[in-house]
Amino acid sequence: MSPAAEKDYAVQMRGISKYFGAFCALNNVQLSVEKGSIHALLGENGAGKSTLMNILYGLYQADTGEIIINGQRENIKNPNTAIKLGIGMVHQHFMLVEPFTVTQNIMLGMEKTRFGGIMDEAATRVEVQELSQRYGLYIDPDAKVEDISVGMQQRVEILKALYRGAEILILDEPTAVLTPQEIGELIHIMRKLAEDGKTIIIITHKLGEIKQSADYCTIIRRGVYIDTVDVQQVDETQLASMMVGREVKLTVQKEAAHPGPAVLDIQDLTVEDSRGIDRVRKLSLQVHAGEILGIAGIDGNGQKELIEAIMNMVPAKTGKILVQGKEIQNHAPADTLDAGVSTIPEDRHKHGLVLDFTVAENFVIENFKKVPYSSRGILNLKEIRSHADELIEKFDVRPAGCAPNPVRGLSGGNQQKLIIAREVDNNPHVLIAVQPTRGLDVGAIEYVHKALIEARDQGKAVLLVSLELDEIMDVSDRIAVIYNGTIVDILEAAGADENHIGLLMAGGKKE
Amino acid sequence: MKQIEKALRRPITGIFISIFMGLIVGAVVLAIAGYNPVAAYGAMLRGVFSKPKYMVQVLIRCTPLILTGLSISFAFKTGMFNIGAEGQAIIGMVTAVVVGYCVPLPPGIHFIVVAVASMTAAALWGAAVGLLKSRFGIHEVISGIMLNWIALYLNNYMIGMAWLKKPQTEASYEVLESSWIVMLQNWKTSTAGREWLLDGSHPILSDVLIKTDLNYGIFIAIAAAAVIWFILNRTTKGYEMRAVGAGSEAARFAGIRVDRNIVQSLAIAGALAGLAGAIVITGAMPHRITTLTAQPGYGFDGISVALMANTSPLGVIASALLFSGLQYGGSAIQAELGAPSEIINIVIGTIIFFIAMSGAFKMLADYLEKRRGRTDVQ
Repeated sequence: MSPAAEKDYAVQMRGISKYFGAFCALNNVQLSVEKGSIHALLGENGAGKSTLMNILYGLYQADTGEIIINGQRENIKNPNTAIKLGIGMVHQHFMLVEPFTVTQNIMLGMEKTRFGGIMDEAATRVEVQELSQRYGLYIDPDAKVEDISVGMQQRVEILKALYRGAEILILDEPTAVLTPQEIGELIHIMRKLAEDGKTIIIITHKLGEIKQSADYCTIIRRGVYIDTVDVQQVDETQLASMMVGREVKLTVQKEAAHPGPAVLDIQDLTVEDSRGIDRVRKLSLQVHAGEILGIAGIDGNGQKELIEAIMNMVPAKTGKILVQGKEIQNHAPADTLDAGVSTIPEDRHKHGLVLDFTVAENFVIENFKKVPYSSRGILNLKEIRSHADELIEKFDVRPAGCAPNPVRGLSGGNQQKLIIAREVDNNPHVLIAVQPTRGLDVGAIEYVHKALIEARDQGKAVLLVSLELDEIMDVSDRIAVIYNGTIVDILEAAGADENHIGLLMAGGKKE
Repeated sequence: MKQIEKALRRPITGIFISIFMGLIVGAVVLAIAGYNPVAAYGAMLRGVFSKPKYMVQVLIRCTPLILTGLSISFAFKTGMFNIGAEGQAIIGMVTAVVVGYCVPLPPGIHFIVVAVASMTAAALWGAAVGLLKSRFGIHEVISGIMLNWIALYLNNYMIGMAWLKKPQTEASYEVLESSWIVMLQNWKTSTAGREWLLDGSHPILSDVLIKTDLNYGIFIAIAAAAVIWFILNRTTKGYEMRAVGAGSEAARFAGIRVDRNIVQSLAIAGALAGLAGAIVITGAMPHRITTLTAQPGYGFDGISVALMANTSPLGVIASALLFSGLQYGGSAIQAELGAPSEIINIVIGTIIFFIAMSGAFKMLADYLEKRRGRTDVQ
């Protein structure tokens, strides 16, 4: 890179180190962001990219290093200092007051007043409209936040930062919650902001978006600075290798499916939520042995309720769920298991694991009552241990020999491996995987996808629910699009068009 | 340095530091109040260890506390706070008096029947809390406290019954001697036994047997601790209950019946507290229930005992001993120095306070490690 003097840098971070206890989250990391550019910060989960940005935004203090904003050395003690310096951050989880309007949310904390105390909402409203028009945000200033889409809420957050005078905008995983169309629009908005001289830093681990939107990319791996590259000069595979530190295959390798008879048959299923609103409406779906059926959809369109009804965690209002011809709806959760349905749940900490139990104990949580793990009510600790050791080795759960350790201490990827090992070892007829790669890094994602395809090749019916459309497209054999509680279309994955699916997910009509 | 860090991470270290801190704080309070802490603690130690009968008194006092401590520890392991142990112990005492007084049976068998009856009644009392929780979502602390008062007034109501109330007293009749579990009761009250004990050649035995109600309860309590440890760690039922306690949602996902386990766990916890009540009645004087104006405290002290043991079933034995030792020895401080024996409650409170914040010891270990780690880096 050329020396600092030649270029106009909005942000320079030099020699940043940060420790959490004994853990070194960042080790002598540097970052230089040119004014008016879009700069991606790439790294796996836990690489330290969010930590670095939290330091820039004043949420954490660096243990060593210096921060230079617009050529001025600054000590950013807290977010207020950051905001004064023109730094704004849009978090992954939005910080909005839902029953308030867009304008009210934007003015929150810095309300304009007249006559010493009377709130002047109209003045803010005008400003919001101006900003919205200038950057093509198309926001209705009077809409209530709870009534607008997630994509719009994100724009409100961006607007909020701009309203506070942000010249440097940090976006934390901005595309995680968006549909493909919304992602396109967001990239367009980011371009406009950059043209206007704003500096944008996006935290992400999605390579495609970096290629589409960013000018430069800084890669961090396990808290260590790897490189800063001109995005035009590299391809996605190179970026992935720099991020992970080894060669990775970005596409999923699989043979053609050989589907058998329908194993899971859902007929006219309706499920209501705790408030009595129908979340799944007359949904019908068949999953065949030897295929992976992916359910594509935006969060909150009934995926959760559908899976919970299959698992018998919530009752089915009407309709049937058949596993190999046997009805299982409105039974106990244990009956779903007994019918041969195993689930890799979405929330592995809450639903998949007892965190304070040991690895060995977690391996038998569904089968502890069965021989050889117990007999006549007495546990057979030796068998439970050797069962765990066997699965740990077979499924490469790390660290090796972790059977007596609490599961809490395992990394997210290894916790997920444990769950997969347990559910696959049940030898089920139907394997359900809900967001199985959420929060996992590239290496672990590769592993999970392989495991699902292996289960398919062994003749199991695999039902994959994911909010990541890329994952659905890569792994599934057939894709069912869910919208508003019903399956709006089922397509062959081979040759499916991402934009078409995106449109269906958003409630668009079938062609 | 590394050894210190490692030691700080062990739960047992935290408990010992807590006990030490409790004694230090007690000493400071004594000094401020103008008493010599060394003399006070000396009096306390003499109050426990100077005579065998004192030590036996500590054993007798700690027996019901082991059981109520177990009751609370067991419920904790299944994710519940059995504050109702107090009432369950009262129910155990009331049942023990009714069965011990009204149902004449041969010695030995009589106690077994009394114990089973007390445990059953108290188990139902505990199960009621569980049912209220699993059916109606009522928090076990709320219903537990309410049932404690219902148990207390039930106790007083029973004493009002003409067939149970001993005339001219505010108490029930004593239970029949056949239900007692006092050690060598028949022999030590027989003429031969008395002569042998009082001839001056067996000072320790005569001190202990004549002047105390040394009973078999302590063995029952220790056995109960072992059984509870076994249930929790070696049986499928215990596994289920621990899973419900440590992660009820994950347990439900794995097909475990959470509601049923809540009821069962509180029933077992109730039975333990009920057994404590039975042993209080059959083990020592006055072998009867009296009209209560306040909660007798077996269950509440059990909370302290369980916390001091970090809710470990076997640890409860040691912590109940410590608790009773401090309380019994503490009364000697008052007798010898005139310092208020309540000082001991400050000591016990401080111990629990430090155990409750034992996370701080881990943080201290982290801090030490971090400091060391940083010097390694630079």
